[in-house]
Amino acid sequence: MTRQRPAPARLGPSDVLRTGAAGLRTRPARVVLSALGIAIGIATMIAVLGISSSSREQLLRQLDRLGTNLLTVAPGQTMFGEEAKLPVEALGMVRRIGPVRTASATGTVDTTIRRTDRIPKAVTGGIAVQAATADLLTTLEGRVVTGAWLNAATEARPAVVLGAKAAERLGISRTGVQVWMGERWFTVVGVLGPMPLAPEIERSALVGFPAAEKYLAFDGHPTTVYERSAEESVEAVRAVLPRTVNPENPEEVTVSRPSDALAARAAAASAFTNLLLGLGAVALLVGGVGVANTMVISVLERRKEIGLRRSLGATRGQVRLQFLAESLLLSALGGIAGAVLGGLATAGYALSRDWPPVVPAWAFAGAVGATLVIGTLAGLYPAMRAARLSPTVALATT
Amino acid sequence: MSVPQPERPYVVELREVTKEYGGGVRALRGVSLLVERGELVAIAGPSGSGKSTLLHLIGTLDRPTTGTVRIAGHDVAGLSDRELSALRARHLGFVFQQFHLAPGVSALDNVADGLLYSGTPLRARRDRAAAALERVGLGHRLGHRPNQLSGGEQQRVAVARAVAGDPPLLLADEPTGNLDSAAGGEVLGVLRDLHAAGTTIAVITHDPEIAEWCPRQVRVRDGRVVADAGAGTGRRPPGPNPKRTPEPAPDAGTAGAAKGAPR
Ligand SMILES: Nc1ncnc2c1ncn2[C@@H]1O[C@H](COP(=O)(O)OP(=O)(O)OP(=O)(O)O)[C@@H](O)[C@H]1O
Ligand SMILES: [Mg+2]
Repeated sequence: MTRQRPAPARLGPSDVLRTGAAGLRTRPARVVLSALGIAIGIATMIAVLGISSSSREQLLRQLDRLGTNLLTVAPGQTMFGEEAKLPVEALGMVRRIGPVRTASATGTVDTTIRRTDRIPKAVTGGIAVQAATADLLTTLEGRVVTGAWLNAATEARPAVVLGAKAAERLGISRTGVQVWMGERWFTVVGVLGPMPLAPEIERSALVGFPAAEKYLAFDGHPTTVYERSAEESVEAVRAVLPRTVNPENPEEVTVSRPSDALAARAAAASAFTNLLLGLGAVALLVGGVGVANTMVISVLERRKEIGLRRSLGATRGQVRLQFLAESLLLSALGGIAGAVLGGLATAGYALSRDWPPVVPAWAFAGAVGATLVIGTLAGLYPAMRAARLSPTVALATT
Repeated sequence: MSVPQPERPYVVELREVTKEYGGGVRALRGVSLLVERGELVAIAGPSGSGKSTLLHLIGTLDRPTTGTVRIAGHDVAGLSDRELSALRARHLGFVFQQFHLAPGVSALDNVADGLLYSGTPLRARRDRAAAALERVGLGHRLGHRPNQLSGGEQQRVAVARAVAGDPPLLLADEPTGNLDSAAGGEVLGVLRDLHAAGTTIAVITHDPEIAEWCPRQVRVRDGRVVADAGAGTGRRPPGPNPKRTPEPAPDAGTAGAAKGAPR
């Protein structure tokens, strides 16, 4: 009978894991400390990516809610560099454009609003007084927090509705309060909620067009026309707006889309984010060096164990695999801890700002990949050293 | 290349083996040694005579500088490092002077890990480990960790690890070197039982009492075999245990080892 050449048995994945974990189990403090670097690196990167994605998601959701079909029309400058004016009939012209669903206007009134007549005129608190058409709230899809919006009756009376910021600055949160505008008292009839697409309204005190003309010497020229059309016709409307509003001088008209600012913010990755990502990468690298260091020490300390395993029949490959597995486990522990910490940090920060917490799946995939690469690189050299050790030398170590 | 050789039933076959270490140290200077299946052989000699070197060569942990080493019929020179590892996993068990047990790991798992590289599934490894511990009289200490065991018990765990896979050849380098007389006696009792059950055993020792106890003694001096009764003489049972105290040991384990069922 010919003798079969002896062939080593294959170690199953669970045995590879068990041998890899064996070295970690007996040294928990060292495991925690050397996995910490990787954990910090991964946590930083996940949190940075998570927080910036959450902020973007929040902006996108807001855009979605607010719509991108709002356009504003404002006077630009005349050929001679003077402030242009929109024609009085501008609003009516805009309403006549086919796809326009709703349009309204505001006009700046040259006066101030004060709590009493004893406060000096110069103290405006940054609040603009504006005339507003009755359908402004519909066009802006705004909301009244207290009281009511201007109606057919109140728009001709000395009644005023305050934007959210204006109310806050005046310290008014209920209706019925008297305020001093122009040369007489007006009654606050409503306070508006936030208007992310029209922050200028938040800082305004709004009166009806007829009232403004009657009590505040308003000239009737709108300074902003707000318009909403179907999403798909926004560009078409935008193209015809200047000529419609001011057929003689279309170049004196500025059209803008307030949602563009939000969209631009959502698209921008800030330089700060990149800096933090770089810091996370450095922490990760340092963590990898820490793991490599731990592994080198582990191999030095465990020469006898290596000799014993070789005497029990471990091949060089199996010894190498054991230490690679140990290194991978070590960095995986760090990676998992880091991913959990990063996820929690993202969730905590996002929830504190009322954002939807989002960590992109690719960030987690990247963390897993980075962890595996680092674990392999850190373990490769120590594992080779362990495998190269001659069994007799390893056993002779005292 | 290994060729069929039914006329040679030797477990260990060394022919004109020399071993030189770097720096011109000639640890072995032409050793021939034949060991048949079922022998209990003592390899004795003064310190530095080359006993451990000889054991490393028999154990395929090292290769000879010249000469032929054949273990369980396999010519070591014809096998790769991988194949030698496989040979050790299947055919050899080692017991060292220092027990080399994994700290913080139960006796059962220390022994079970001895079968890790033989391709045995975990469940079977544990079953066989329990049986091996039973055999060395430690069936009641399966869950104990090395630091909870006496030196003699630790060495018996190491012996159990070496024989859990039923290797045809057990090699022990000063197995009682770190033990007092009573603990050494426990270990010798286990070796005797294994021998009785058919395991081939080579024990390195510089203790003359232990050497005398073995049925066959190979005496080594300056890298040469200076006395050997010859192949086959180690089949007889060993003499009375030189280390055992006359009265029965209070430890139940020793009694268990004595009763250990031969397989
Ligand atoms: N790796 C090595 N490199 C160089 N010389 C070595 C090596 N191993 C052993 N030797 C030398 O080979 C000789 C035989 O050593 P070996 O360890 O085999 O002796 P031994 O009989 O086991 O001694 P002891 O009873 O003290 O264990 C000694 O002179 C020793 O110094
Ligand atoms: Mg020695």
